[in-house]
Amino acid sequence: MAMRSVRMAYGADLAKIVLDDCSFAVARGKLNVLIGPSGCGKTTVVNLLAGYERPTGGEITLDGEPVTGPSSSRLVVFQETALFPWLTVLDNVMFGPAVRGTVKRAEVEREARSLLEMVGLKDFADKHPMQLSGGMQRRAELVRAMINKPRVMLMDEPFRGLDAMTRKLMQEHYLRLFEEDGRTNLFVTSELDEAVFLADRLIVLTNLPTRVKKIMEIDLPRPREISMLGSRRFLELKQEALNLLHEEALKAFTAGATSAYDLVEAVGRRGPIR
Amino acid sequence: MSPHGGLRIKEVSKVYDPEGIHVVALQEISFDISPGEFCVVVGPSGCGKTTLLNIIAGFDTLTSGEIVMDGSTLTAPGKRLSPGADRMVVFQHGALFPWKTVLWNVTCGPVLQGRLPRAQAEAQARHLLARTGLSGIEGQYPGELSSGMRRRVELVRALMNDPKVLLLDEPFRALDALTRSVMHEHLLQLYDLARKTVFFITHDLEEAIFLADRVVVMTTRPGRVKKVIEVDLPRPRDHRILTSARYGELEEEALEAIHEEALKAFETGERELA
Repeated sequence: MAMRSVRMAYGADLAKIVLDDCSFAVARGKLNVLIGPSGCGKTTVVNLLAGYERPTGGEITLDGEPVTGPSSSRLVVFQETALFPWLTVLDNVMFGPAVRGTVKRAEVEREARSLLEMVGLKDFADKHPMQLSGGMQRRAELVRAMINKPRVMLMDEPFRGLDAMTRKLMQEHYLRLFEEDGRTNLFVTSELDEAVFLADRLIVLTNLPTRVKKIMEIDLPRPREISMLGSRRFLELKQEALNLLHEEALKAFTAGATSAYDLVEAVGRRGPIR
Repeated sequence: MSPHGGLRIKEVSKVYDPEGIHVVALQEISFDISPGEFCVVVGPSGCGKTTLLNIIAGFDTLTSGEIVMDGSTLTAPGKRLSPGADRMVVFQHGALFPWKTVLWNVTCGPVLQGRLPRAQAEAQARHLLARTGLSGIEGQYPGELSSGMRRRVELVRALMNDPKVLLLDEPFRALDALTRSVMHEHLLQLYDLARKTVFFITHDLEEAIFLADRVVVMTTRPGRVKKVIEVDLPRPRDHRILTSARYGELEEEALEAIHEEALKAFETGERELA
């Protein structure tokens, strides 16, 4: 997937420019992570790649074909749960392939159950979403998107709002699925640890108007383990990414965006990561 | 200043819908909090932490047992407790008045209750704001501040009411990890200034140990006390203490107690009771 010189502007006379001359590629079969200062237009990027919005200028393509609207080849997992509350977990997961009707129902069910087992939801197939915890709902969402075999998975801060422990466990489940499946993923987050821990490629965005500041190759070995969070290489990579984000936050803060203050203050107090 | 604020939690149980589905949220919880102590309660989603906080705050009632503050019964079955300025709550999501300035927000409690003349309240507010690095923002509106600044304003507002107990329900949950760690230092600075009794709820072990005099680990529903850990790290503390050997030992001890419970909650998918 690629974005070439994309411009996105809103409002009267298109005066509010969110993206300007934004170009990057989502590498095939890799876990691409998008990170940027808060309010920098990360969700706009996802909406454009998903085809929910059309750019004001420039071009977005998947395997060379222009993106003109939403499609099951590019599926989004959202920040908030979007499971159908009136269907069981199993029926939710089977929904996409069942509606398309191209694969036999028994086969879809077998696949759904095997995916649910992989994320530890084997015994919850017949429950309804409301009967699950937040972390379990997110896992069901992941599986529901994967069963459609999209060419690209777009993850828009899918673990935001989960508590710290559940989040770590979710990251491990997600990594296991990715490492098994090797599908192209674009994962958006504002947590630096999560970004470096998950990514093959870390795409660091600038403040508004959003462009790509730098793409970092994350060369930590796979499979990734939680214990790598303390390794020297992890900390080096995290420091490099933090410096990039700090530069952007500083620019934004100097330009009058108080929302950028937290990062400026944190780096000012902490200095380099140990 | 109110010098007291000792809490005794005596065999407190909370059962939702005792005649019907009978959900036991808290089962015979007992522990004491000394005046001026910083007590942190940790536990997985659904362990009843928030229920306990709500009972102390007067937002909810208990089914059996008793809570005593400074020697007299605060609440017991049949004794209705109202929320009051002696027990101030700071929530996960902000509750500042967006159409009022920072100064108005933090002084409204004592001024509207007629406890302090406006000029005196304002002087005290400016002093407290300065102590958390927020000089010069008195005339701004909450919407103009960063999330970290808003959280600090809320803490100052709670302290301005001169409560006996501060009840904090994951006040930094929505912040990114780096900002959160800076907020911990700010909170401790305020705590060292006033030494109010603090009842703090979190999922985050690092946060718990860094802040607490004592960490109370709770079990998955029904919520019981699993372990109480005395945190003997010296005060004042800053983030460098997180690399000390003693911190490592305490974290390991807490991790052991909680990991089992977290996994149980993750697998069984208990939902947090509202």
